[in-house]
Amino acid sequence: MEILLVLGLPLAGSLALAFLGARRHAPEVNAGFSLATLIAAALLALRVVHNGPLLVWGEQFFVDSFNIFLVALTALVGFTTAVFSRPYMRTEQIHRKFSPRRLRLYHSMYQLFMGAMLMALLTNNMGLLWVAMEAATLSTVLLVSLYKTKASLEAAWKYFILCGVGIAQALFGTILLYFAAARTLGHEGMSALLWTHLYNVRTELEPTVVGLAFTFLLVGYGTKVGLAPLHNWLPDAHSEGPAPVSAVLSGLLLNVALYAVIRAKTLAVGSIGPQLPGRVLMAFGLVSALLGALFLWRQRDIKRLFGYSSIEHMGLITFAFGIGGPIANFAALLHMTVHSLTKSSIFFSAGHAAQTAGTQQMDEIRGLVRVSPALGWGLLLGSLAILGMPPFGVFASEFLILTTAVREYPWATPILLLVLAIAFAGIFSKVQPMAFGENSAPRLTRSPALAPVYVHLAIVLMLGIYIPPVLAGWYHAAAQMIG
Amino acid sequence: MLKSYFVVELLKLLAAGMLLISFAMLATRRIQRLITLFAWQGAILFLSTFLVAHDAGLTELYFSAALTLLLKAVALPLILHRLVRRLDAQRESERLVHIPATMVAGLLLVILAFGLAQPISLLATTIMRHTVGIALAVILLSFLMMITRRKAVSQVIGFLAMENGLFFAATSATYGMPMVIELGIALDLLVAVFILGIFFFQIREQFDSLDLHHLESLKEE
Repeated sequence: MEILLVLGLPLAGSLALAFLGARRHAPEVNAGFSLATLIAAALLALRVVHNGPLLVWGEQFFVDSFNIFLVALTALVGFTTAVFSRPYMRTEQIHRKFSPRRLRLYHSMYQLFMGAMLMALLTNNMGLLWVAMEAATLSTVLLVSLYKTKASLEAAWKYFILCGVGIAQALFGTILLYFAAARTLGHEGMSALLWTHLYNVRTELEPTVVGLAFTFLLVGYGTKVGLAPLHNWLPDAHSEGPAPVSAVLSGLLLNVALYAVIRAKTLAVGSIGPQLPGRVLMAFGLVSALLGALFLWRQRDIKRLFGYSSIEHMGLITFAFGIGGPIANFAALLHMTVHSLTKSSIFFSAGHAAQTAGTQQMDEIRGLVRVSPALGWGLLLGSLAILGMPPFGVFASEFLILTTAVREYPWATPILLLVLAIAFAGIFSKVQPMAFGENSAPRLTRSPALAPVYVHLAIVLMLGIYIPPVLAGWYHAAAQMIG
Repeated sequence: MLKSYFVVELLKLLAAGMLLISFAMLATRRIQRLITLFAWQGAILFLSTFLVAHDAGLTELYFSAALTLLLKAVALPLILHRLVRRLDAQRESERLVHIPATMVAGLLLVILAFGLAQPISLLATTIMRHTVGIALAVILLSFLMMITRRKAVSQVIGFLAMENGLFFAATSATYGMPMVIELGIALDLLVAVFILGIFFFQIREQFDSLDLHHLESLKEE
């Protein structure tokens, strides 16, 4: 029942908002549907806490400790972003960035995107997972090009083509997986596509085919995670779309794509052993982290800067999953959570900062703390959090990743430290003048609506000091299962 | 037995046809001809799926064959033709980077595809197990086509041809995916083309052309 609500509400919202169009209260309706989805997700989480994992509707959908926290996270960030987007998009409209008629498209696609991501998380069927991931891409293509500027069209086109090609590789991987599984589970029904069934027979699957399937799935879904060298679409899409879209792309879509990769990895480890999948993930992760950090230095556009920061963090998480084992996996899951919350909060403040300054060029954004203290400090605190300053949660997860690396793969430690140092210097040297630099602009009379920023940062702060036992329990169980 | 033998030979012939069309697409300059080739590819895909369905007696496969005929051989080419006409792009042809070099690259990809498909062909029990390599080759060739093209419409046709290759691979290796999944994929494909249609017009409006070399300003300095 709760699952039906979690999946149905965004779809209903999408239809309702397509019907409502640009009426006056459409943004509130959008936030309302997101709130309802959040409540449904919370109920689902409660149910899982009480009754344990669920498997429903002919085993097509399931909830376990790995996807439940991601469902809750997605619904939460979906709601806060909808709240943020209400005043933000109104101001964008006043600045004539886009015509009011496009609000219909924006709201409808926003809800569809949420629905697609929740579907990808909750489905037990690897084929449906693919369909949902593709739907998530398609629903955001037109959001990236919402402003219809030349640059945004280019970004959307790149996003569509690169992710389309990537996701085609993932489909081939899915076909191969189905092929390998059908030999043991048979063609009858959809058993050979159901993840829980695949998990039960993972040691009996044909290693060569599963190895090939994993490679294709990794490259395919990895494109959407933004793993180097398949990351080209990410900075463009993040910088050219509206700020709420950047926030959900970075905070949610990357997580969901990584979730798909890790589901595939779990099966591959069972079939061909932990060596190969682990090493491949570690390599992809390290290269992405290093490349993301290095490119931070060359950025002039504020949203592009944090786009590259997302590549770096996704690299770190992928690396941690590559190490494997209960501790590294725990760290990776925690990092997925805190990165999602911190990065979306940063995109909220960055969006407001760019809106206030009238440009996304960092050279021209100055003195935010003086112009609007809430905004300046929001951006500064968010940046410090993402850079892994204690006591924020990112520190905890990065520390765990580092210590595990020191113990198991000492050679990787200097590279990781280098990445963190480069990223710190790169981001801090750019954010500091934006927060404190000289600016003659008058002080804003009304502070922008920044509640979502501080809510996210508060949760990240809490996770750095205290992880609720329920959440820790989910992390532990998921970390054990992923292997 | 004899009947089955003919079916296998016919399937191999059709697979060869798929591969030939992929190469022809690589070398075609005219957009309209490209769409026609894509339609033919869809028709061959339909025929081979139909034959496999007939041979294996699988009702599900009949459905997916029908879906292929409807979507890939008729609907999508028609939509694309209309789009190109509405965009007044039917006379446009594009300059291609050095066709012989592309062909050689294509040949290398085919060899690679056969190498990769070897273990799958050995394990498969389907009637079409020998054509997995060709299916993978079609996927890789479509990929190559997307890289070498500059026009938005031809990149999309490359994308759709890749989907054809994937579908062919699924039928070859495992008698296709379950029906629900195939319907989902078809729906995604249709939506993709619809969105791209909107997109073409937006690109046209902004750049007065569908040539993608305008879309190269977002780069690192």
